[in-house]
Amino acid sequence: MAFYHAKSTHRRAVLRGMLAGSAVTVALPFLDSMLNNSGTALAAGKPLPVRFGTWFWGLGHTPGYAVSDKATTGPGITFSGECEALKRHAGIINYFGKFNLPLDGRSNYPHTSGWVASRTGVVPDKNNDVPAATFDLLIADEVGNQTRLKTIDLTCTGNPDHMYSARSTHTKTAGEISPAVLYQRLFGADFVDPNKADFKPDPRIMARKSALSAVAEERKKLMQVVGASDRIQLDGYFTSIRELENQLDVQLQKPEPNKACTVPPSPGDKGVVGAVTGVEIGRVEATHDTFARLLAMAVACNQTHVFNVVFSDSFSGLRRQGETLTHHSLSHEERADAKTGLQPQTSWFNMRSMEALARFIDAFSAIREGDGTLLDNVLLLAASETSLARTHSIDGVPFMTVGRAGGRIKTGLHVVGNGDPATRVGLTAMQIMGVSVESWGAGSLKTSKTITDILT
Amino acid sequence: MTQPVAKLRFAFFVTVLMAAAMTLSACGPGEPKTSGAPPDVRRLTEEQYRNIIADVFGSAVVVSGRFDMPVRTEGLLAVGAREATVTAGGMRQFDETARALATQVLSEPLLNFLLPCALSNQMPFDEVCASSFIGQVGRLLFRRPLTDEEIGVRVAIARQASESLGRFEDGLHIALSNMLVDPQFLFVTERIEPDAKVPGQLLLESYSIASRLSFLLWNSGPDDALLAAAQAGVLHDKNGLEAQVERMLASPRLETGVRAFFGDMLKFSDFKFLEKDTEIYPVFGAAAVKDAREQTLRTIAYHVIDEDADYRDLFTTRKTFMTRALGQIYRVQVTAPNGVWVPFEFPADEFRGGIQSHLGFLALHSHPGRSSPTLRGKAIRNTLLCQEVPDPPPDVDFTGFNNPDSPSKTARQRLDAHSTSPACAGCHRITDPIGLALENFDGAGQFRTAENGEVIDVSGDLDGIAFNDASGFGPALRANPAINSCLVDRLYAYASGHKLGPKDAFVGYLEERFAADGYRVKSLFKRIATSEAFYAVSAVSPATSAAAAAAGQ
Repeated sequence: MAFYHAKSTHRRAVLRGMLAGSAVTVALPFLDSMLNNSGTALAAGKPLPVRFGTWFWGLGHTPGYAVSDKATTGPGITFSGECEALKRHAGIINYFGKFNLPLDGRSNYPHTSGWVASRTGVVPDKNNDVPAATFDLLIADEVGNQTRLKTIDLTCTGNPDHMYSARSTHTKTAGEISPAVLYQRLFGADFVDPNKADFKPDPRIMARKSALSAVAEERKKLMQVVGASDRIQLDGYFTSIRELENQLDVQLQKPEPNKACTVPPSPGDKGVVGAVTGVEIGRVEATHDTFARLLAMAVACNQTHVFNVVFSDSFSGLRRQGETLTHHSLSHEERADAKTGLQPQTSWFNMRSMEALARFIDAFSAIREGDGTLLDNVLLLAASETSLARTHSIDGVPFMTVGRAGGRIKTGLHVVGNGDPATRVGLTAMQIMGVSVESWGAGSLKTSKTITDILT
Repeated sequence: MTQPVAKLRFAFFVTVLMAAAMTLSACGPGEPKTSGAPPDVRRLTEEQYRNIIADVFGSAVVVSGRFDMPVRTEGLLAVGAREATVTAGGMRQFDETARALATQVLSEPLLNFLLPCALSNQMPFDEVCASSFIGQVGRLLFRRPLTDEEIGVRVAIARQASESLGRFEDGLHIALSNMLVDPQFLFVTERIEPDAKVPGQLLLESYSIASRLSFLLWNSGPDDALLAAAQAGVLHDKNGLEAQVERMLASPRLETGVRAFFGDMLKFSDFKFLEKDTEIYPVFGAAAVKDAREQTLRTIAYHVIDEDADYRDLFTTRKTFMTRALGQIYRVQVTAPNGVWVPFEFPADEFRGGIQSHLGFLALHSHPGRSSPTLRGKAIRNTLLCQEVPDPPPDVDFTGFNNPDSPSKTARQRLDAHSTSPACAGCHRITDPIGLALENFDGAGQFRTAENGEVIDVSGDLDGIAFNDASGFGPALRANPAINSCLVDRLYAYASGHKLGPKDAFVGYLEERFAADGYRVKSLFKRIATSEAFYAVSAVSPATSAAAAAAGQ
């Protein structure tokens, strides 16, 4: 039997040990001793937390018009065409090409199978089924309990259902659609400025916490009068109540002083619930950019350590004012150039999506933290659900990591998957974030192969 | 002589038999026995949450939150609610909403109206008043009386919070907001009890019967009278149950229940996200979206409640309601001020007739900038006929559909070209004849006769019934037997949370009764609400309630 002593073992060695086929389920929290020491500590001396996020856009890339192919993994990502805007961030991105999502004979439910398989590691049997928890929530379970909000989930299309985070088919996270509501949640009455000298626990929060505890026994009794399947349903409720209680606990503690944290200006009242709808691309971009600004500061202020952002839905209904065809309709109906295969209007939407991603990265890199920027302490996974949307191809679905994850990963690499399951990306992200998982996925998606090329 | 007497006797016997048969026919066959399903736990839908808050605290209270949507199951959100739980984000929303509601409830002038005592000063804590408030509000929120212990726990919460926060109403605020995130409020949790008359049998407990009834007919929690009836035990009695059903059917709140069912069946939750390109359809703004939904629901409510008319006529009726915003799209003159609804009847020589020719259907099942025969055809099949249309294959090639060099001017021509592919033809044969029948209406639902300068051909047939135009499509839909079985199927699933199998005898019974009742929707609601099947329960899974254990199951 192999024993690992984390303090004396290089983490790459730990991961490679796993690759060697150790039967031991290796818990891989990145212990303090595994962190590098360059500017990754708070003023109080505690290490800066590493935050995780996803950024989703629908309908992928046009192969050959976004990122130049590479034969082998190595430094240097050649962004072009649809990904032109990402050039300025190429040094802090890793691009994962030629990773596939084998379906093991199951149907490819267009625009669904791709995100479900890559985020849960399991191919759905039925359309719209989510057969397992998405990995962002597994990460949130690991690192999200020390913050006021376990996750922040944002949808730029105005439709809360456009969110790709779920514990099961019937436990899907709804996205926040309103910048104004988000602002209130983040920086409203419940926000405690970490840089304020005096801190006094809010007696109202203590009273709320106490009230939840007082009826805990009653809630338990309720479980005794329902059937087994209903218990599963109620169990989801109880998990959420515990998270609410945890959230209140966090609010009763004095936050660490944090120079990076300043309260941003309010986005105004335009974003009240019900007022923000629409998939006209200008509106989506405006919502996105406001969200990016607020979210970046919320992350810097450690209001959350896990977030999900959806720029466009998996069926991308993005549209241009005055045009009859949406992004999705165009991807299927726009005639592809006979020689190049390019669909110019479809490609235009893909390009605008990547421009939005570039601005999202800007928002995070604009915030100074420690000796660098917020992005140094973030692991952002940007992904779509198809590669070529016209054929609903889920081979070569684009994935990118952005940020240095507190020095845990190298960046600027183009990683070639050679047809490996794309679950390797999710597995690696979970391990980087400290989730104890040795292998992940089911069927051909099951993998225990960490992408060690990106690890420091 | 004996022969004639025998003949007479035979004739008399036959006459008696015939009379008996006619009587039986008038009453209909008896309800078949149903084993029932285990008692349910279901999360309140957003509409139900809002209705309960309005019922308990008054319609002036604003519910500003937004809640997780259940996953549509068997065509209905109401069925999906049986599996819905509360996500972490959803709990956050419930908590934020609860606190905002408690703030409103415990402020002037609502406080004076709701609180059974005057707030004389900030303290001391008034235990009698708090106990009364919690008991009364809790009974309506939890849909049953609270036990003394449950009241005591919440009074203690209020007392402790009042003392730490310094004001009596602050304590009530904490207690009330806590009740609004309690699972006994957020989830309808049905309970069973042993049947005292039949050993070994289980019954749905009275308060659970009250909830089933109330959510079916009013889409809200039980009112005081229904809870009182449950407390008196009369809901287990046929006459007692029928009296409550009659009372509830006669209430104006029935309209809320009818609208909720049809809104769910017609997938009107999608209206929240409906948008049209305002350059292409400049008249279809936010007011039109709101009014388009309301027009169809108002028409349905009028048709099935006020007129108590034949359900099938909903697909041919020219009677509807109109606002000025809608008039611009329908291109009819409405002299009423903005936002005011007026009765309206489409002229007989127009192509509008039936709810499928309303904007609420046509615009909802279109793209933002153009119509979609396929979406419309699929919607009719799915929502009105309960027929599944398979998803398109993943590698389908649509490029021919929008080929700018194509001579095809109309959607029919483009779809014909597209449907030559065998992989596509199967499904398009199911959807397109229906959708093409509605091509006289563009993506916003505006009438047109030509597309790209070419006259639109809307002729076709629906499952063997031919029509030449949209005005002929309504009667074809009306005559389709699936329209009736679909309604029965959906309404029972909506009411019970369970879809019955096509061979279930109770389904056949309901369909037959629906026909015998002249396809009256109100009668169908009543049939279900007074049926034994609706309240039948079977044992829940092992290791469950004490009631099951007591009943020996």
